[in-house]
Amino acid sequence: MLNWLSIDVVLLVITIWLGIGVAGVIALRQFGFVARVLFPLGGMCCLALAWAALQMIGSTPEIAVLPLGLPQLPFHLRLDSLAAFFLLVIGAVGAGISIFAAGYFRKGAGTPPGLLCLEYHVFLASMVLVILADDAYAFMVAWETMALSSFFLVTANHKLPEVQEAGFLYLLIAHVGAIGILLCFGVLQANSGDYTFANMRIQSLSPFWASTAFILALFGFGAKAGMLPLHVWLPEAHPAAPSPVSALMSGIMLKTAIYGLLRISFDLLHVDVWWWGGLLLALGLATALFGVVFATVQTDMKRLLAYSSIENIGLLLAGIGLALIFHAYNMSALTALALTAVLYHVVSHAFFKSLLFLGTGAVLHATGERNLGRLGGLIRYMPWVAWLMLIGVFASSGLPPFSGFVSEWLLLQSFLFTPGLPDSFLNMFIPIVAAVIALIAALAGYAMVKFFGVIFLGQPREEKLKEAHDAGLWEKIGMLWLAAWCIALGLFPNFLIHLIDSVTVSLVGVGFGRHATESSWLFLAPWSIKRASFAPLLFLLGVTIGCLVAFALVRILYHGRLRRSPPWDCGHPWQTARMQDTAEGFGQPIRQVFEPFFRMRRHLPTPMDRDPSYKVEVSDHFWYGLYLPISRLIEFLAALVGRLQQGRISIYLLYSFLTLLFMLFLVQR
Amino acid sequence: MSLSGFLSQLLAIVLSLLLAPLLMGWVNQWRCWLQNRSGPGVLQPYRMLHKLFHKESVVAEHASSLFRMAPYIVFGCMVLACAIIPTLSTDLPLSPAADAIALVGLFAVARVFISLAAMDIGTAFGTLGARREMLIGFLAEPALLSVLFTASLISNSTALTSIVEYLAHKDFAIYPSLAFAGIAFTMVSFAENARVPVDNPATHLELTMIHEALILEYSGRHLALIEWASALKLFAYSCMGLALFFPWGIAEAEAPLALIFAIPALVFKLAIGGFLLALIETLSAKMRIFRVPEFLASAFLLAVIGMLVHFLLGA
Repeated sequence: MLNWLSIDVVLLVITIWLGIGVAGVIALRQFGFVARVLFPLGGMCCLALAWAALQMIGSTPEIAVLPLGLPQLPFHLRLDSLAAFFLLVIGAVGAGISIFAAGYFRKGAGTPPGLLCLEYHVFLASMVLVILADDAYAFMVAWETMALSSFFLVTANHKLPEVQEAGFLYLLIAHVGAIGILLCFGVLQANSGDYTFANMRIQSLSPFWASTAFILALFGFGAKAGMLPLHVWLPEAHPAAPSPVSALMSGIMLKTAIYGLLRISFDLLHVDVWWWGGLLLALGLATALFGVVFATVQTDMKRLLAYSSIENIGLLLAGIGLALIFHAYNMSALTALALTAVLYHVVSHAFFKSLLFLGTGAVLHATGERNLGRLGGLIRYMPWVAWLMLIGVFASSGLPPFSGFVSEWLLLQSFLFTPGLPDSFLNMFIPIVAAVIALIAALAGYAMVKFFGVIFLGQPREEKLKEAHDAGLWEKIGMLWLAAWCIALGLFPNFLIHLIDSVTVSLVGVGFGRHATESSWLFLAPWSIKRASFAPLLFLLGVTIGCLVAFALVRILYHGRLRRSPPWDCGHPWQTARMQDTAEGFGQPIRQVFEPFFRMRRHLPTPMDRDPSYKVEVSDHFWYGLYLPISRLIEFLAALVGRLQQGRISIYLLYSFLTLLFMLFLVQR
Repeated sequence: MSLSGFLSQLLAIVLSLLLAPLLMGWVNQWRCWLQNRSGPGVLQPYRMLHKLFHKESVVAEHASSLFRMAPYIVFGCMVLACAIIPTLSTDLPLSPAADAIALVGLFAVARVFISLAAMDIGTAFGTLGARREMLIGFLAEPALLSVLFTASLISNSTALTSIVEYLAHKDFAIYPSLAFAGIAFTMVSFAENARVPVDNPATHLELTMIHEALILEYSGRHLALIEWASALKLFAYSCMGLALFFPWGIAEAEAPLALIFAIPALVFKLAIGGFLLALIETLSAKMRIFRVPEFLASAFLLAVIGMLVHFLLGA
């Protein structure tokens, strides 16, 4: 048996993925082979990746140099605890998505399956490479590959005009963001000309340049993550992409931006200024609140989930901001707690959001509908998908004892107890943020109840829904895998926190989990049980025993008689499916309460209308207030430049001549 | 786990299961008296539960199993909530299972389940109830959390037992932050327990009902469980308010015999609290549904002001 390093296993996995992609292109239209052999094989590779990453967390970093690319400019790769942690997420979540994808892609219009297989696996490989990269060159190459491969995946149905538009917007913002990251690396290397991360670590920048680098990184990674005001691509691209791709993008790709931000602010930059954290915290909260309020009023199920992703990214950014504030004041234990909350949420969001996106894929296949207004009652026709989605919905709403609650709990704990910050304003301000996070979490519950209730509960709003079929075997296995982790991470948080400990130790030197979890594996207690504790297993046991005892007592003391009849509905004689709340109706209270958030156009009928119609259009202020003016400005400038181009050679010769004269003039001086 | 801890835990659960309908009956009886009606007597909720348990359950034809599970889950959640709130004693072995944040999560689980169950049948009233319940929930939940945060910041702990122990041992003084929190808590409890300024527990008028619209399709044992669970919820909220703002008389681990005095103290406090609840209900008029977010938003802001005051004054 060869003695393989973890990084070798990871590189092998990347190679196999690329091989699978090539095989897909060769077998371009061999649908069965691509779906039933290549995708599951890719899923197995994901598991191997997760296993290798698991071995790696907490050990000394491994380094590799790949002689790829330009001469004198090889790829530097490095696998440390932080990178291994994110690889673990990619592997564990990617396995479920790949298995699901094996049953998902169908024959038909759009990109042929073999090509999708190539793009899919290149996308996975580039995300792994982004995490592994240890110099700016490798990072940017991987980053751009990631953007391009996902662009092609998003535009799988490239015949539809809205897909084309979504793809264009995505590509545009991805590249504007990439410029920010590139410039950030330029600042970080501090004129040394050496673009390896090892060099950047030893540079010490002046506070001004460090802040510049941080702002650039925030802009670049924020564009990828969907931070306000760079979020507009997310709700367009996610609905356009096939569901497994949306799951990959939302569950994993957004996290690479979080990884980049963590890498730069905690590893490469050393100057710590508290206002970085403050800025990030404010932006994160704004993003989260904006995302969740918009999620509640959506009528397209995938758009709703996309806005919910914006919300979760906002929470992550706010958590990183808090960690940066603590870090700036050298409060390592609290930094570790905030970082643990962030990393836990990275994992739990990756699992539950992928699960939810996959579920929408299954619904889309069964019904052909994405519009919430034409769904309903599917729990009776697709019980597997419905109950698995319910787990994702609970995790996403941050309800105990599922995975989302643990990260929310940790986040609230780290916001609540901030004694001893030297700045009294911050001391006062930060616990108040906890109240805002509570509001965001409660709104997320609202959005999720709407999401699940309108799709799966009630009566079917269309006749054809009664023919809906449940997901296939591959799809079920993929969703089951993700749902199982949503439960496991909710019930046994201490195992993951032990892993995260190694990561925070490598970043800030302290991990809070060791002493927090040593008291008992049952309890999650950051300081002591006296101060704050949560025991998910006991919690579940308590509720379950309560239910079962109630059930048993009712049956023993009384009876279990049951009669089925038409619904009572306050005695109304007839009911139709159209009397239920629509998605618009369910979101209406939020539209009213948070009116200033939306740009609304109402069309109301007059009493004279023969064919009265009522219409509300809800759109984003940022689109009209920020993006359209920018695009008009660019068009205006482009028109100015266009005037120079007259299309006649004599004019161009004149330009050359004038330039030459100008140059001569400069040289003479 | 000590024997006394186990006993006080068991006592807390059994007592809340038994006392909760009585509190409900007490409040209703006082409402009747205050409104010049004679009233059915304080034991009426027990009779009603007994009657409902005897009846067969009528379930809509196309109801899914979620609909039939929900009453049990809601009931289980409320039992656990009553178990972890220090009603009689702070020596509760189950209490470390969930702190203040998890307690609010527990109420949220119950709320989400009952709302989903209401949407399951697909009637106009069910979805209406679910929408309104979630509307109240999304504002009441952060407000309740902020109230608990204020108490946690004072006592430097989110564990309910530690909070109550700390508050019970402090010198008697009026904490301005707790005063704000107290007002906010009262407002939230009215909203969460479907009481008059927000919701009317006695109405079936379609335009105004919230909680009743949610449970419209339930009957028989399912309805009984839900009614019992709402009684438990009222009991849990009352006990939480008493424990946070009037924590005297609650027994502690060092003095298990204090339990003997804790029971009369609790009954006395609940009796007064129930009377005040009925009085406020009688004196106030029900709000329009779209005034409710304003009402709850002010509760939320009051709770946040409570937190601010804690930092400004250090108390």
